Amino acid sequence: MGYPHKPHAKETTVLSQHFGDREAITLDGWKKRGGYKALKTALGMSPADIVTVVKDSGLRGRGGAGFPTGVKWSFMKPGDGKPHYLCCNADESEPGTFKDREIMRWTPHALIEGCAIGSYAIGAETCYIYIRGEFTEPIARVESALKDCYADGTLGKNAMGSGKTVNVYVHRGAGAYICGEETALMNSIEGRRGNPRIKPPFPAVSGVFAKPTTINNVETLAAVPHILNNGAAWYKQWMRADNPKSTGTKLYSVCGNIQRPGNYEVPMGFPFKEFLYDLCGGPLPGRKFRAIIPGGISVPIQTVEEAEASLMDYEGFVAQGTMLGSGGVIVIDDAQNLVKQIARAARFFAHESCAQCTQCREGTAWTTKILERIVEGEGTTEDLDTLLEIAENMTGKTICVLSDSCATPVVSGLKKFRGDFEALIKKRKHHLVPAVA
Amino acid sequence: MKESTPQYFRPEIKRESGDLHSPAHAAHGDLAHHHEPYKPVFTAGSARRKELDEILTRYPTKMAALLPALWIVQHERGWVSEEGMVEVAEALEITPAYVKGVVTFYTMYHQHPVGRHFIQVCTTSPCNVCGAEDVVDAFLKHTGCYELGQTSPDGKYTVIEVECLGACGFATPIMINEDFIESVTPDKVPEILAGLA
Repeated sequence: MGYPHKPHAKETTVLSQHFGDREAITLDGWKKRGGYKALKTALGMSPADIVTVVKDSGLRGRGGAGFPTGVKWSFMKPGDGKPHYLCCNADESEPGTFKDREIMRWTPHALIEGCAIGSYAIGAETCYIYIRGEFTEPIARVESALKDCYADGTLGKNAMGSGKTVNVYVHRGAGAYICGEETALMNSIEGRRGNPRIKPPFPAVSGVFAKPTTINNVETLAAVPHILNNGAAWYKQWMRADNPKSTGTKLYSVCGNIQRPGNYEVPMGFPFKEFLYDLCGGPLPGRKFRAIIPGGISVPIQTVEEAEASLMDYEGFVAQGTMLGSGGVIVIDDAQNLVKQIARAARFFAHESCAQCTQCREGTAWTTKILERIVEGEGTTEDLDTLLEIAENMTGKTICVLSDSCATPVVSGLKKFRGDFEALIKKRKHHLVPAVA
Repeated sequence: MKESTPQYFRPEIKRESGDLHSPAHAAHGDLAHHHEPYKPVFTAGSARRKELDEILTRYPTKMAALLPALWIVQHERGWVSEEGMVEVAEALEITPAYVKGVVTFYTMYHQHPVGRHFIQVCTTSPCNVCGAEDVVDAFLKHTGCYELGQTSPDGKYTVIEVECLGACGFATPIMINEDFIESVTPDKVPEILAGLA
């Protein structure tokens, strides 16, 4: 993991190899470690060739949706006479995820290099890195790295002497989870409220400033220089033999009730059981794992059995009833009140709803109220049906998926841990009808 | 959440008559700078004006500089007042009402003065399972704020719960103004507060 501990012997460190290395933060240090070689190569290639290499590598979006990056880039048509934009999504706000933060803190130049290559590949002269407002340290590191790049001529009107223009800017968010949604992020860059937009039109047609735009996650862009340096076949060495759809390495952020929380990088298809017990050290002394959320709080909760049977890639997690998501592994043990944590997750979504869609604005608020009522020992069995009914009305009916994300932990929690809810209801202090002696 | 949050007594705060009426304003009524006339941030030739002019070159529209401009105002004045919004609106050629619409969307812009040390404690699920609520209670107790979102009577501290600070593996992370502190436990709170100027 690099930071705060040394990498585990079973990790495959590509993106995280320089975590904790203070020299790698600087431009000189980064160049000594082979930095900006890929950008130099890229600027000598045609944009179409870069897109082909990335497409061949099988790299997929690391922000949650898992869309193939090369395919996304191929939607952009360089030379169509319009300005194009690249947006880097560094609004890492999915609870449980803190991998992009480490990339920006320790290897800001890896991200900048990826942004510059991405911009050139899609015919954009400008890239905005949208960093959430709370990340003061990553913002400072990326901004200072950008300053060095402009002073050095790596970026700007004549990037690395290639005659091509590549500008990269930081745009600081101001505290809104929803701005991690791509169209909300574009609205936020434009100086608007961060309300998601209705799609279509898709960003590749009309994105930021109504111009063709591509949005990529930090981890995705940081992987691009490695792919250009070493080739698509090199990146594909990390995959399951029976699943060519997920390639490369992935950073996982591990948090909650576990011995060694932190960031870990493992190849696609790594066994989740080995990951949890060996790399992360297993449960805290005297405790047992109770529930695992493997991809940030928006994905379905897994039972320990499901988690132990999972293989860590996009398809492997789907086979065990959940999703890879952003790779934020949240571990909850038997000392916790699981319903309280689901209620807390619902409260998070109620707080972060942009309130555009009724299903989400009302649904997240009512889900929270009902769940908190159950936690306080005031719930009824009927509440559980109401929760499922609300969840049904919150799924697939809104502009973005925040509403669905709120319903997910509730539905999966009720399906897999219904006993926890019922136990709290049985403890109900006040009865509507007084008990007859 | 509620079950572990003690019912604190909220101290009586002296207010000047004719002050603002909402409870949120009332708690801040004592803060002297609230009564000071607004000093413009982007005066011609100032460093902040130059900074804004540079930011404007990054975007094809003036409006896109709204979030950065609001950050500058908050950095200089401690919060974003109505007058601040008017100044930003004029600088970017948009209406003050539009600016207010944006300010109210984003939680990090303070629409009221806050304590000199604005303390945000993450209590979202991953930190919650690691005992974040006890950290909140410790801050409320040791700062004398007693209630979330309220400023301590000496104007020094404001404590709020914040949704996911994005450092879940280092529970509990907190932010004090622009500083990020990881792995905070209740017993570290007095030491952290003592270290604040």
